[in-house]
Amino acid sequence: MGLLYGLIAVGLALIFGLMDVVNFAHGEFLMIAMYATFFLFAFFAIDPLLAAPLVAAALFVFGAVVYLLIVRFAVRAKANAGMVQIFSTFGLAIVMRGLAQFFFTPDYRSVTHSWLGGKTISLGGIFLPEPQLVGAAVSIAAFGGLYFFINRTDFGRALEATREDAGAVALVGIDKNRVFALGWGLGAALVGLAGAIMSIFFYIYPDVGASFALIAYVTVALGGFGSVFGAFAGGIIVGLVEATTAMILPPSLKSVGIYAVYLLVVFVRPRGLFGSI
Amino acid sequence: MDSDFAQRRRRDLIVAACLAVIAALVPLFVKDVYVQNIMVLTLMYAALSQSWNILSGYCGQISLGHALYFGLGAYTTAILFTKFGVLPWFGMLGGGLISALIAMALGYPCFRLRGHYFVIATIVIAEIALLLIQNWDWAGAALGIDIPVRGDSWLKFQFTRSKLPYFYFALGLACVAWFVTWWLEDSKWGFWWRAVKDNPDAAESLGVVVFNSKMGAAAVSAFLTAVGGGFYAQFVSYIDPESVMGFQFSLLMALPAVVGGIGTLWGPMLGAVILIPLTELTRSFIGGSGRGVDLIVYGSLIVLISLARPQGLIGLFSPKRKEAVR
Repeated sequence: MGLLYGLIAVGLALIFGLMDVVNFAHGEFLMIAMYATFFLFAFFAIDPLLAAPLVAAALFVFGAVVYLLIVRFAVRAKANAGMVQIFSTFGLAIVMRGLAQFFFTPDYRSVTHSWLGGKTISLGGIFLPEPQLVGAAVSIAAFGGLYFFINRTDFGRALEATREDAGAVALVGIDKNRVFALGWGLGAALVGLAGAIMSIFFYIYPDVGASFALIAYVTVALGGFGSVFGAFAGGIIVGLVEATTAMILPPSLKSVGIYAVYLLVVFVRPRGLFGSI
Repeated sequence: MDSDFAQRRRRDLIVAACLAVIAALVPLFVKDVYVQNIMVLTLMYAALSQSWNILSGYCGQISLGHALYFGLGAYTTAILFTKFGVLPWFGMLGGGLISALIAMALGYPCFRLRGHYFVIATIVIAEIALLLIQNWDWAGAALGIDIPVRGDSWLKFQFTRSKLPYFYFALGLACVAWFVTWWLEDSKWGFWWRAVKDNPDAAESLGVVVFNSKMGAAAVSAFLTAVGGGFYAQFVSYIDPESVMGFQFSLLMALPAVVGGIGTLWGPMLGAVILIPLTELTRSFIGGSGRGVDLIVYGSLIVLISLARPQGLIGLFSPKRKEAVR
């Protein structure tokens, strides 16, 4: 579970690290990805595991379009830049939730009969649900891929350079908007991946994103804004804290532990664990 | 700040007085209960947004957890009234004082945080409070508190026959919030806040006591918000944790200021007058189907307004004023 939190959060961290924008519609990106997986399953009987790459690709396009249509203008705002970003992406979140209600109705849906659904694996007497295990494996693979992508490819370098100095990269012929749009696409694709896997073991409804979005912000901030590794580590910590809290407190209070740990960490280290800014 | 500023402040006060008198006369002509209900909500949100504006707009400490103070006010008032029979007037004041104290206690560690870390801390604190109260059986847990009717009177602050008393109280609250902002704008604190917002480091080096001025803003802001919460509890006579302390409510409180103009005297008022009737009308006319069309319309408007007029709609009225305020 912690690795999945990390995977949800890393997309947010990527976008933030790239251009200092917090995407308040991140949870709704996740919701869309879960619906996409559900419909691929319901209409074409495509298993969520096979659907994951398709959903990620679709979310990539969606993320890039959101950047070009909305965020591009939000970062240009001179007055109250922070609030404009918060409220333009928050407005988008409301619209997406409304659209989901309109087209998909507020009913709860779930993917039944996936290849992995309900199966468990026994490891030395401990029973582990298979979907969670596969989720963890996919998350680790995605982190590895992202790490390689950022550090070893031309585009990754362009991304880094644009982050450092958007003005200077324009001089060497890199189109800032293109790089940012690709960055948003990439961030959204990661959420898409997470959403596809999560649809195996969570109900899908229009507000589902909201319950994960806050945890994603906390995860990113815990690790430190601007650090992809921090989001990964933050995800693991959040997962562990949640599991521990669930043992001590009633289930309805399990998030309290996560929030308390966040507060403790930032009060001691106001930049998060691995944050540089 | 020179004579222009003093002149503008005098004019603001006169305009506000005129508007308040006009607003007070409106119910004489508008008898429709549905419309009166919207007017009460509009005034309440104007007051709340103005309170939020003091901390987040003037002082630049963006809080998305103000539902905490609203909820504290609502719960203090409701619990004192239902369990101990304490009059709502004392409940509102008590809730305000408790909120102001809590805001300062929370400000102590939180004001060291900057940017998104601060914003997330405010959200997270409000969320913890929400979860705790949802699990607190004595306070009604997730079901909330039903406030029983004990007769129509100003003393008990309950009116079943007419919405007018609520209207005049909300109007008074909005006037107080506006006046406090107006008064603080020209005080030592007002200048400090603007300095802290623009550049905390420079402000510090010029002798502004950054930390204390943030604390002051938090206390005033929380107090007014909690009084609004107490009023809301009496007005709707039923509260539950999600509706008074949820994250949505923090955003709803901030929106009028964002739409009207953050850190301006008139922004929250203008934003509330535009936004609240719009929200209520879209909800009742096209939201009835339960299919989310109202959300689509409302969300699109927020995106469009925040992208098209980052400084808020107030700039449309007089571009010069904006310069004077900033």
